[in-house]
Formats: sequence, structure tokens, C-alpha cells
Amino acid sequence: MNIPYIVEERPDSGLTNGKLGIWLFLASEVMLFGALFSTYIILRVGSVEWPHGELNVWLGMINTFILIGSSVTMVMSWASLKLHDFTKHRWYLIATFVLSGLFLVNKYFEYADHFARGEGPSHSTFLAIYFTLTGLHGLHIIGGMVVMAYFIGPGAALWRKTPEQFTNRIEYTGLYWHFVDLVWIFLFPVLYLL
Amino acid sequence: MRILENDMHSDAESVRSSIRGYLKVGAALFVFTAITVAANQVHLAVPIAITVALLIAGTKGTMVASVFMHLSHERKWIYGALLLTLVGFVILIFLPLVTILDGIGTATHVGHAAAEHAAR
Repeated sequence: MNIPYIVEERPDSGLTNGKLGIWLFLASEVMLFGALFSTYIILRVGSVEWPHGELNVWLGMINTFILIGSSVTMVMSWASLKLHDFTKHRWYLIATFVLSGLFLVNKYFEYADHFARGEGPSHSTFLAIYFTLTGLHGLHIIGGMVVMAYFIGPGAALWRKTPEQFTNRIEYTGLYWHFVDLVWIFLFPVLYLL
Repeated sequence: MRILENDMHSDAESVRSSIRGYLKVGAALFVFTAITVAANQVHLAVPIAITVALLIAGTKGTMVASVFMHLSHERKWIYGALLLTLVGFVILIFLPLVTILDGIGTATHVGHAAAEHAAR
């Protein structure tokens, strides 16, 4: 039995099941990160002094460039499928995967530097919220990479069977990935610059 | 059949024009990031620095959401879900204010009580 509205849109909402599903998931993600941003604000407003310049701004900027670049390659990966160019799609998806890996490598160096100086999450309120926010964001990056690896590897077989369904799946992956980029766009100035 | 071919052609054309848009937005996001860091190096007054940084982040976020996530032309169900989320988000952001605005256990009362106890 086929699941309805995977490829064609529902007549009442004009959406596929997957698209509505991913947007509802992203809505819950907004709540999750919203709660943490709220925590950050209350901690910062309530503290007598707040450290400034503890983080490497240049590394943060490079990571911002990397994530923005990965968002561009992700959307190009989906657009290539819309143009029925699977080879291009795959290269763009691999590029997105590599860029997200680079982001994590940079983050590893940043974390390693902090821990080498004995600056763990328990060192200060700032570092506690920094590790919580960036750690959760990093987990989202890893989650995205797992999904991308699946579509680069075994999941790509779906293209030969039902290309429309595969294109939709890549669109949902892209929506998730752009959200992860969106969160970092706010995390970077809030943690590194202000 | 001809109509279907025309539809596919116009669809491909619209995707090609969207690709140009994606690349332009990508370039703009790079530029805005550089501006954010440059503004930070100028050492503006804290309220101005916060305003500038959040304004640029807001602009970048809007660009990602509207162009990359296609929110500029989505179905009303998505807008409905996001509006509901926005309401929840605003509540979450302002909820901690309740802890500041309440009058439970203010330090002055504790201080007075302690002083009275010490005087006895």
C-alpha cells in the first residue's frame, strides 16, 4: 500500500506530508533554541560582568562563511535535481557534506583550545551557555551530515525509482540545513561579538 | 503533450532564474558577515554594537528564510504554523521577565529582618 501525498500535494493544504512534517519539526526546533536564547538573555542581563573577547572571532567568522557556503551548495543540490541533473546534485551534496565536516573540525579546534586552558563548561556562566548552545548546534550539524551521507550513499537509489520523491526528500533536508545555518547566523554575533 | 513540454520548459527556466537569486543571496550573506565583523572591530558603544549586530543578523536570517527556504512564496499552512511558533518564541523570550518583575523575596526585606535579628 502506497502512502498518499508523498509526491503529489494534498488538495486541502497544498502541501506534501513531508513538507508539512519538516516545517512542524522546524517549528519545534525554534522553540528549543528560543528557550536557550531566552536563557542566555536572562543570564547575561542578570550577571554583574560578562566576559568579552574570550572566543576567537576569526575562527567564528570562518565557520560562518563555511556554513553560508554549505547553504548555497545545499540549495544548488536541490535546484540541480529540479533540472534533472543528478551528477551535479551529487557533487553539490558532497560539497555540503565536506563543508559541514570542516565546520566541525574548526569547532573541535576551538573546543580543544578551551579545554587545554581548563576552560570547561563549569568554568563560568558564559562558557556554560556557550558550550550548551554551540554543542546543541553541533549535534544538529552531525544529524544533518548523517542524512546527507545517506542520500549520497544508499538513499540515492530512490532517484532511479521515483525521482520526484527523491527531489522532495532533498528539499526537506535542505530546509533543515538552512535552519541550522539560520541558528548559527544568530549564534555568531551573540556569542562571539557582543 | 506539447502543454506538458512547455510546462517543463517554463519550470526549468524558473529554476535557472532562482539559481541566480541563490548565488546573489549567498554573496550578500558573505558581505553582511564581513560587515558584522568589521563593525565589531570599530568598538562601538555597547547598545549601538548590539543593535547593529542584531540588525545585520536579522537581515541575514530573513534572506536565508525567504530565499533559501522559499518562505517568500509558501502555502498559508506553513505561515500559520510559523505564526504560532513566533507567538511561542516571543513568550519564551519574555517569560524570564516574570522572575524579575515579581515581588517575592526581595533582598531589602531579608536585610531588614537580619538587621532586626542582630539588634536583638
